[in-house]
Amino acid sequence: MGQIQLNQVSKSFGSVEVIPPLDLTIEDGEFVVFVGPSGCGKSTLLRLIAGLEDVTEGHVTIDGQDATEVVPAKRGLAMVFQSYALYPHMSVRKNIAFPLRMAGLDKAQQDKSVAQAAEVLNLTDYLDRRPGQLSGGQRQRVAIGRAIVREPAAFLFDEPLSNLDAALRVGMRLEISELHKRLKTTMIYVTHDQVEAMTMADKIVVLQAGVIEQVGSPLELYQRPRNTFVAGFIGSPKMNLIQGPGADKYGAATIGIRPEHIDINEEEGLWHGTVGVSEHLGSDTFFHVQCNASHEPLTVRATGEMALEYGAEVHLTPRTEHLHKFDAKGLRME
Amino acid sequence: MATQHSRSAARLMMAPAVVLLLGWMLVPLTMTLYFSFKKYLPMRGDSLANGLDWVGFANYARFVTSSSFWPSVYATLVIVGGVLVITVILGIFLALLLDQPMWGQGVVRILVIAPFFVMPTVSGLVWKNMFMDPVNGFFAHVWRSVGAEPIEWLSQASLPSLILIVSWQWLPFATLILLTAFQSLDQEQLEAAEMDGARWPQRFVFIVLPHLSRAITVVLLIQTIFLLSIFAEIFVTTQGSFGTKTLTYLIYQRVLESQNVGLGSAGGVYAIILANIVAIFLMRIVGKNLDA
Repeated sequence: MGQIQLNQVSKSFGSVEVIPPLDLTIEDGEFVVFVGPSGCGKSTLLRLIAGLEDVTEGHVTIDGQDATEVVPAKRGLAMVFQSYALYPHMSVRKNIAFPLRMAGLDKAQQDKSVAQAAEVLNLTDYLDRRPGQLSGGQRQRVAIGRAIVREPAAFLFDEPLSNLDAALRVGMRLEISELHKRLKTTMIYVTHDQVEAMTMADKIVVLQAGVIEQVGSPLELYQRPRNTFVAGFIGSPKMNLIQGPGADKYGAATIGIRPEHIDINEEEGLWHGTVGVSEHLGSDTFFHVQCNASHEPLTVRATGEMALEYGAEVHLTPRTEHLHKFDAKGLRME
Repeated sequence: MATQHSRSAARLMMAPAVVLLLGWMLVPLTMTLYFSFKKYLPMRGDSLANGLDWVGFANYARFVTSSSFWPSVYATLVIVGGVLVITVILGIFLALLLDQPMWGQGVVRILVIAPFFVMPTVSGLVWKNMFMDPVNGFFAHVWRSVGAEPIEWLSQASLPSLILIVSWQWLPFATLILLTAFQSLDQEQLEAAEMDGARWPQRFVFIVLPHLSRAITVVLLIQTIFLLSIFAEIFVTTQGSFGTKTLTYLIYQRVLESQNVGLGSAGGVYAIILANIVAIFLMRIVGKNLDA
């Protein structure tokens, strides 16, 4: 079990309110990702759930029990830290066994659980090494191993992949998703990387300045962003947001159109403009086009084969069925 | 990165310092060794100009067979050991306190470090006259105020008194080093241990102490080297009486009070050997700790 509920939870440091009262329910077995720009309070929110910070107001409920005043160790949650927080003077075996040792389990049980976790995480050959002798990815796995052996109600990940290089990050992303499918335990994952959020989450919670902007499945957020912030934050490259005369024509203060929903050709179209930088990824090509509908250049996706010169004249046509309209407050219009 | 050229230039530029340091060490060492094999009693007319008599190992034999030798070794070890234990344990405790956020932290830290700036002679005299004096001392007043007979600290409890004085001087040093070690401890490790179910004493034993081990070794090593040669505190308080004659003080007495340079030099050579044994011993511990 691992259902977590936040009721009107808020957090202030002195007179600075970093998280205004918010409500959130995380269902058992869900993979929930908190995503938002740096300093949006997502890590603080995670630490409130973990119990490492005291909530200023409100209640944290875990599996129906009020856990607001419960010490971190007794909440049945395991956390993986950004710096991994491995104990440098202990071997990998001792690191993983540490929570069990603190729980007072006997040696045989400890060894059994450690061996199991090591098996799952491919760490069996490294059990007698010190954390200092491991690579970044291996350290990450040790940190996860230390969390697994406790058989927690939920795993909390605090930007666990941000210290890894890009290739390793993709690999670890898959491993964590894989782990979630196998263990079926609730996982809460904090990241500022929307790609991680999109690829791993069952449910994404988009935060800005401590406020939940939208909660939903990755595709829901992608297809129906509730406001301009979510529209601009989710998706890579970013959605094109057009204000002014271009938007007025559609009766909205802002319109949004994703790069893959704009057709580009050299003959005719609704808008016209000149091609700036083009980024060739092989599978796709992204053109940055300065066009008459918007002050900002628009990003347009085309097939990988398409090539256009810098400064070429082109025509763009947005697919109206994929157009997002937002009102003056930035909220989605239906 | 270093080319052949820059390396030889570096060696050339370091040479004067190395030569100076080497001479600084070698000249007194050679002279001590030289005198230790000679009969040299300046009051009896011996002088370098007249030439000194070669006596072989007689000075060495006489130094260790003297009735003051073993008591002085004992006094040295008790003082060094006592001060090390007190400064490390209290140092950890104080560092732990000073690491907590509090009002006036900067001022408090400076105050804690202050005793280290007091010269040994001064602190010895202050303790002797203002605290430990059996008639006018602060402790005497405290004892009398509760109706007890004042203790004559420096004669009745001479070794503990000296340990107290020297510990007071060296506690700031230990505290300072340990405080910086505390500050370099990754808070996430403590939080991880907290999540793992470790209560405060367990976090201290399993996370904090191992993290401090390196700093503790450094404190032990550096303090031992300096404590083996404490002199001023003894000189201004007990003058070596009441069992406070350390090896260093014994050598001083042989050379200056008995005016026997040869005998004192032989004692000096013993002290060098003792210090080196301790140093090698500690280096190995430090080396092991610093590698990890």
